[in-house]
Amino acid sequence: MTARRTTELRTDLTLVAEHITPGSRVLDLGCGSGSLLHYLIHQRGCQGTGVEIDDAKVVAAIRAGVSVIELDLNTQLGEFADDSYDTVVLSRTLQAIRYPAQVLQHMGRIASRCIVSVPNFGQWRNRLALISGHMPISRDLPWQWYDSPNVRYTTLKDLETFFDTSGFRIDERIPLNSDGEPLGLTRRNPNLFAGSAIYVLTADPTRDWSRTRAH
Amino acid sequence: MPDSTPVTGFTAADAVPDESDRRETTGEAPGSVGLVTTQQVQLFDATHPLGLASGNTLTEVTVAYETYGTLNATRDNAVFICHALTGDAHAAGYHAGDSKPGWWDNLIGPGKPVDTDRFFVICPNLLGGCQGTTGPASRNPETGVSYGLDFPLLQMADFVTVHRALLAHLGIDRLLAAVGGSLGGMQVLQWALSAPEQVRNAVIVAASSRLTAQNIAFSAVARQAIIRDQGFHGGRYLEEGTLPETGLRIARMMAHITYLSEEAMSEKFGRRLQDAEIPRHGFGVDFAVESYLDHQGEKFLNRFDALSYLYLTRVMDYFDPFADPAATAAVARSDSRFLVMSFDSDWRFNTEHSRQIVRTLERAGCAVSFREISSAWGHDSFLLADPIYHATIEAFLDRAAEEAR
Repeated sequence: MTARRTTELRTDLTLVAEHITPGSRVLDLGCGSGSLLHYLIHQRGCQGTGVEIDDAKVVAAIRAGVSVIELDLNTQLGEFADDSYDTVVLSRTLQAIRYPAQVLQHMGRIASRCIVSVPNFGQWRNRLALISGHMPISRDLPWQWYDSPNVRYTTLKDLETFFDTSGFRIDERIPLNSDGEPLGLTRRNPNLFAGSAIYVLTADPTRDWSRTRAH
Repeated sequence: MPDSTPVTGFTAADAVPDESDRRETTGEAPGSVGLVTTQQVQLFDATHPLGLASGNTLTEVTVAYETYGTLNATRDNAVFICHALTGDAHAAGYHAGDSKPGWWDNLIGPGKPVDTDRFFVICPNLLGGCQGTTGPASRNPETGVSYGLDFPLLQMADFVTVHRALLAHLGIDRLLAAVGGSLGGMQVLQWALSAPEQVRNAVIVAASSRLTAQNIAFSAVARQAIIRDQGFHGGRYLEEGTLPETGLRIARMMAHITYLSEEAMSEKFGRRLQDAEIPRHGFGVDFAVESYLDHQGEKFLNRFDALSYLYLTRVMDYFDPFADPAATAAVARSDSRFLVMSFDSDWRFNTEHSRQIVRTLERAGCAVSFREISSAWGHDSFLLADPIYHATIEAFLDRAAEEAR
């Protein structure tokens, strides 16, 4: 009970929180046990809704007083109305989604501002693992290939192309080390050194995002 | 007091035999509120009549209710239970001499999700019912005989008006939570929309904000079975000394089919024969499922009134609170929180009914949580002790209690 209620946030989530306007409406896709939203609601005066499907995490979020809607990100984001939130967060979840392009389309429809964090398959440790003939296992990608919840692996370079073609402008990129802290000097080459990265995105306002709603 | 176990359909006892068997032999399960009695109070009279949403009035309204647990000094630990179509005030514990507990005993009691060690729990029989609260079979003070079809048509808001009068009688301004399944959940929704300041936390299970044509069709056939029964006598059957037995029995049998999933029926009965090795190939009761429905219909006659069945099902048909675009205005400004739940095998009020409620509330800016619980037992799952379902209610109410402190 105490762990859930602490205001201390994982480092990468603190960085996400810093990019969210106090008092705004936040939708957190893959909210886990709701720690980011709990922090935003209580420390930043935000209103928030979480989406999660893991049973224990849903119960933990509800216990913590975070509103959480159980639904499948792949097929049911149409439940949320156009422009109904100020920010949509997708934290360390994109890699576990079967249809990432559709999810991004919904995110751009639901809010003009999106924050996405993703593990970087292009980090040098992962490259070394592959050169030595093995699938990488790291703090950011901690599973064996056969039991990983992740179904999508990308380098930051390819990810940025994907954001661009999906209609998002990258306002900010925050490359993180394996402890979830911002990179120091190595940040000049994030694709090689970052274990993961947080992206602050703006949905292209000239695009007709509502077309995705029907899905 | 009539047999109090069934609420909408088959009960926990039917589906979880090991649990109910134990209770029936020991008489009291761990975590039981123990022996309870139903109380009655007259909440409206000729000088303070009940004004209905339709504009009609009722000059005498008595309400049957039960309470469990203790109201705290600050009067802010009350949890209100709204029952479903054919439920009653006896939600938990045992009546003297009964072997079966109240209809939601698996949820309500010391250490249970609706924890009577912490909460003061109130459960009344609703207006229009027939289990101690004024309904169409009650005596009309103007004529001295039962109302029959002279009883005014009711709306969901009328149930809430009477619930609120009961709260006032008990000296309670604000609920910690209101909890209900099926028609009970619809009352909770109506209450939270019309008086959000009174319902800090709303738990709405297997409910609907708008019946579909199929839902209304089932209710229509049930009502026709009753009304066309020779014993109905235009609703004056109590004076005539008859009962629309066949109609009420068929209504109940058909409703029971809708309360269970196909999977649950297959598992419970399959194509098993009731008490024969080989099929009799006649029109009598041969299959186990026929015997079950027959038994449910028979039991229902002893405890439920046909007029109440007409009036209460009709309230559900017309219920459509979100048709008013301003319906969510008050609750969106309040601190009220919602927990909405559905069951994946429920085809009476399937998950889309709950999603409609969630979508509307969420889009209005309300704090709403939603879960679809996986359960094989159809609509009646809400009466069963599914661990994930109960853990979710428990988490929601634990947080509610903590926030109230």
